[in-house]
Amino acid sequence: MITAVELGLLYAVMAVGVYLTYRVLDFPDLTIDGSYTTGAAVTAVLIISDVPVAVAMLAGTLSGVLAGVVTGLLHVLGNINPLLAGILTQIALYSINLRIMGKSNVPLLRESTIMTPLREAGLLGTWGSAGFLTVGAVAIGAILYWFLGTGYGVALRATGDNELMARSQGINTGTAKIVGLALSNGLVALCGSLLAQYQGYADISMGIGLIVAGLASVIIGQALFGMTAVWQAILAAMAGSVIYRVVIQLALNANLNPNDMKLVSAVLVVVALVVPQVPAVKAMRARMRRRRVAEAGVS
Amino acid sequence: MLKIDSVTKKFFPGTNNERVALRRLSLSLVEGDFVTVIGSNGAGKSTLLNVIAGRYRAEEGAVLIDDLDVSQLPEHRRARWVSRVFQDPMAGTSPHLTIEENLAIAFHRGKSRGLRMAVTKDRRDVFREALATLELGLEDRLQLRVGMLSGGQRQALSLLMATYLEPSILLLDEHTAALDPSRAELITRLTKEAVERHNLTALMVTHNMHQAIELGNRLIMMHEGEIVLEVDEERKRTTTPENLLAEFGRIKGASLSDRTLLD
Repeated sequence: MITAVELGLLYAVMAVGVYLTYRVLDFPDLTIDGSYTTGAAVTAVLIISDVPVAVAMLAGTLSGVLAGVVTGLLHVLGNINPLLAGILTQIALYSINLRIMGKSNVPLLRESTIMTPLREAGLLGTWGSAGFLTVGAVAIGAILYWFLGTGYGVALRATGDNELMARSQGINTGTAKIVGLALSNGLVALCGSLLAQYQGYADISMGIGLIVAGLASVIIGQALFGMTAVWQAILAAMAGSVIYRVVIQLALNANLNPNDMKLVSAVLVVVALVVPQVPAVKAMRARMRRRRVAEAGVS
Repeated sequence: MLKIDSVTKKFFPGTNNERVALRRLSLSLVEGDFVTVIGSNGAGKSTLLNVIAGRYRAEEGAVLIDDLDVSQLPEHRRARWVSRVFQDPMAGTSPHLTIEENLAIAFHRGKSRGLRMAVTKDRRDVFREALATLELGLEDRLQLRVGMLSGGQRQALSLLMATYLEPSILLLDEHTAALDPSRAELITRLTKEAVERHNLTALMVTHNMHQAIELGNRLIMMHEGEIVLEVDEERKRTTTPENLLAEFGRIKGASLSDRTLLD
């Protein structure tokens, strides 16, 4: 179960990336299935070429940034629908990822990685490493929170919230979207880089269906913790990631076939998206909202 | 301040559905001019504002602001000079952002936005002071999300956001039409105050004849993409809605059937 928590904390980096596109920019970005693997592939290939781990991770992250820029340009300059722009980049990345790795799997056994200190201290799989990973995840969340509070960050949020208003206030919404996608895919690639080192390999299929896991994390977190303020939403996405991994682990413990997990994930997301539309649930949420408004003192 | 030089705007040009929304339209505003625009539906009033703001590009003609040809500039770059308030109270603000964050965006309109915090303690004081002029008590609710506000409150906020930085030209697109009468009156009063306080140059589209006469120093009437009547400062002081309607009927060459003009 601790392994599931560890995984959830590592995937939390990806979850905040998905939050940035799906929630902040209102841009469901499917690039991440590809850019996640790209981050892992670049990092793995550089590590086995004896490049310092930090450089390898930075390069992996930047490869994701680049992927995000491509999707952004396809959408902004090419006027391609967001979903399609993401799918196009994702599919192109599949070939590129194979080129980077040269084969479909790059093992990192016996290589020194960022996980090595934790492993050698015997912390992996204990609450100790979960603590370390929590600190790391929260640090990344805090950086994103800081960014979203800056002048440019607020402009980016306005772009996703009311694009026409943003433009009439002098915000170049096209650039804002490209920047948002670049940051998001950078985070996702960093997550891929971390996961490759954690699992000890990069694999061409490791990113398949990742967007569903990301959406599940964001939506579960939001359903459980609400999303009024930005810091709440970021924390919710990260907590959602942990919960999602724990749920998957529980399903596996209940002897479900691992191959069925993608089906379970998809059903989970569908439930999380549909349940809030059920009339009874709607009425309950409206009541809660009214109470909040009343507390806020709005006439 | 603003010069519109023989602008033509067509929709679906070159197709069977081609519609000319503005027909070689020219208009000049000097500093401090407050022009109200009336006309029936489809006269091209909103198109005119959209061409000035840069949301639409005109096929022919030029738009000059402060003697600078901005015809080729996209909307977000024109925001340095142009600000606007929309008819829809939801359109001018960002619902999931707080009041202070919306103001941070507007008080930086047309300037570069860097990585400094959007809301600081100093800026909060500026926001509070500016909000106090609305007399709606919003200055005590800086951290409330704008989506929680009523339509009238949001429109008042939009107005503040559009006027605070003193744009070269303020565009008001029927910005009181979607509000109930008392709120509309409030927004009209705030508009008047803001324009006078900052001595703004403004162009206001309205369906309300009384408002068109009451506000501003000039009035123009549009019909089928052209300006068909201009009322200058002197005549505007004495004219009545009935006069304008009669004038409009005469220009159309037929009795007026368009009740929307009367509101």
